[in-house]
Amino acid sequence: MTTRIRETRPASFWPLAIVFALFVLFMYGPMFVIFILSFQGPEGGLTFPMRGVSLHWFAKLAEGLGVVDIGAALWRSLGLGLAVMLCTVVLSVLAGLAFRKRLAGGNTLFFIVVASLIMPSIIVSLGIGLEFRLIDNGIKAVLEWLGMESALEGYGTSLGLFTSALGAHLTWTLPFGLLIMFAVFNRFNPAYEEAARDLGATPWQGFAHVVLPLIAPSVVGIGMFGFTLSWDEIARTSQAIGDVNTLPLELQGLTSTVTTPSIYALGTLTTVVSFVVMGITLALVWALGRRRKGHSG
Amino acid sequence: MSMTTTPSLPAAAVPGRTIAAWWQAAPFTLVFALFFLTPLTLIVMVSFWDFNEYELLPGFTFKNYVSIFAGCGDASEGLCVTLKTYYSTLKFSFLVWLITLVIGFTVAYFLAFHVRSSGMQTLLFVLCTIPFWTSNVIRMISWVPLLGRNGLVNQTLMGMNLIETPIEWLLFSDFSVVLAFVHLYTMFMIVPIFNSMMRIDRSLIEAASDSGASGWQTLWNVIVPLSRTGIIIGSIFVITIVMGDFVTIGVMGGQQIASIGKIIQVQTSYLQFPLAAANAVILLAVVLMIIWGLTRLVDIRKEL
Repeated sequence: MTTRIRETRPASFWPLAIVFALFVLFMYGPMFVIFILSFQGPEGGLTFPMRGVSLHWFAKLAEGLGVVDIGAALWRSLGLGLAVMLCTVVLSVLAGLAFRKRLAGGNTLFFIVVASLIMPSIIVSLGIGLEFRLIDNGIKAVLEWLGMESALEGYGTSLGLFTSALGAHLTWTLPFGLLIMFAVFNRFNPAYEEAARDLGATPWQGFAHVVLPLIAPSVVGIGMFGFTLSWDEIARTSQAIGDVNTLPLELQGLTSTVTTPSIYALGTLTTVVSFVVMGITLALVWALGRRRKGHSG
Repeated sequence: MSMTTTPSLPAAAVPGRTIAAWWQAAPFTLVFALFFLTPLTLIVMVSFWDFNEYELLPGFTFKNYVSIFAGCGDASEGLCVTLKTYYSTLKFSFLVWLITLVIGFTVAYFLAFHVRSSGMQTLLFVLCTIPFWTSNVIRMISWVPLLGRNGLVNQTLMGMNLIETPIEWLLFSDFSVVLAFVHLYTMFMIVPIFNSMMRIDRSLIEAASDSGASGWQTLWNVIVPLSRTGIIIGSIFVITIVMGDFVTIGVMGGQQIASIGKIIQVQTSYLQFPLAAANAVILLAVVLMIIWGLTRLVDIRKEL
């Protein structure tokens, strides 16, 4: 129980360490299983034993799974993820700066953000879906009223990747972004900014040359949060996406129809993308941190 | 812009700064107004509308709510569909909450109080968070080769001659749903509880042990109350996720198990938006009551 250093480990250490090890095994075990099974030989099935080792199921995946165009879904998810990342970074940083000053209604805004974070996603998704359908109805009514028959016939829906789906994702990523900004600015020393102001820097110069370099690693972190949360998001997108689907939504559909290891190959592929994003982010954070040290040293 | 700010004045005292703050927060606020507040208002509004096969019919009717609770008043018939679904959803929420709380608390406790070097602490913490960054669906289906009829667990048990025929309830059952939830969301418990524990002043624990408290007494009377905030935050996360879920229950339950989220999803796919909206309003009310109760419960205990 004691935390004093240089004492023998308390009796509870080893049982707890074993629990922790089992937990880690529980977290990683199944993922390793599908990683291994995605290299199943051509005759192999969804379960062990392995019948040879091959890239067969990755090749099958490249050919497409049934009617689903995996490549297109992948690009859609990437595009949406990047848009969400960009918006999350810009809006969170701006809001984070605003919250440092006296912000009338700041408490209410914070309450709304927290409410969005803990709101069951299906409700948000349904609401956004409804909103855009009502907008559709409105636009159609206006077109009809204007007598623009041809435009009316060509009109599909305002639901889409970069309208409703983007908004749905932002209600999920922005709360995380804002909370990270709070954590950052809680530890931020305003003396640097004051020094910049004393030296005659404009607010913009102060931000661009002093604040931004200092918070850069966290800003990159917010970007990573934005991208990966969007990349895996299903529940908030489900009712708010319109005609096309993102990769996780396609994947969810495939779980009940695809009965070959191709689906594991797809799993391995999306996991690799997540890890590549994480790797790039960590490398960036590391480089930014190093540059900062280099400057001050 | 730079000319108006005198360097010697503190930021908040400069006139015009408050307005500037609002411009900075405006895009952020706008997103929540457009994609959170408006949709919620519309849900409540549309839940009182009527509908037919083609379109929504604006109006004011209790029809949707009445049809959701149709047959619920008759006790002799057993539970109606809606109450049954809520019972099953609440059962999952409670089970998952209990299990993730126990595991999450234990793991966070180990990391916060038993791992001594802060480097090791960070490393192990990051190790726990990595799976969180991979796709949820992938993490769900990764149980299939383990739990399936011909899965690893059944193969092993049969190889050891412990069972004659494969165990059927491992996959596409209540068991697999709870297992997947625990696998997916224990992280939401670990992070806030660990966060709370790291803020506990270590001298309090020393004081407890100096005053003769046993390990369990310190745990129960010092650490648990001081981790309260983390426990509540984690619980709210896990419970709201499970209450609204339709993906995990769908995939891991083999599309056989009902949940409120799934009902809403099915109704929207049949374009029964007012019905789905009414269900969403009820779900929201239930979730808010749980959150309210949760914060109540712990606050009262704190005062005792």
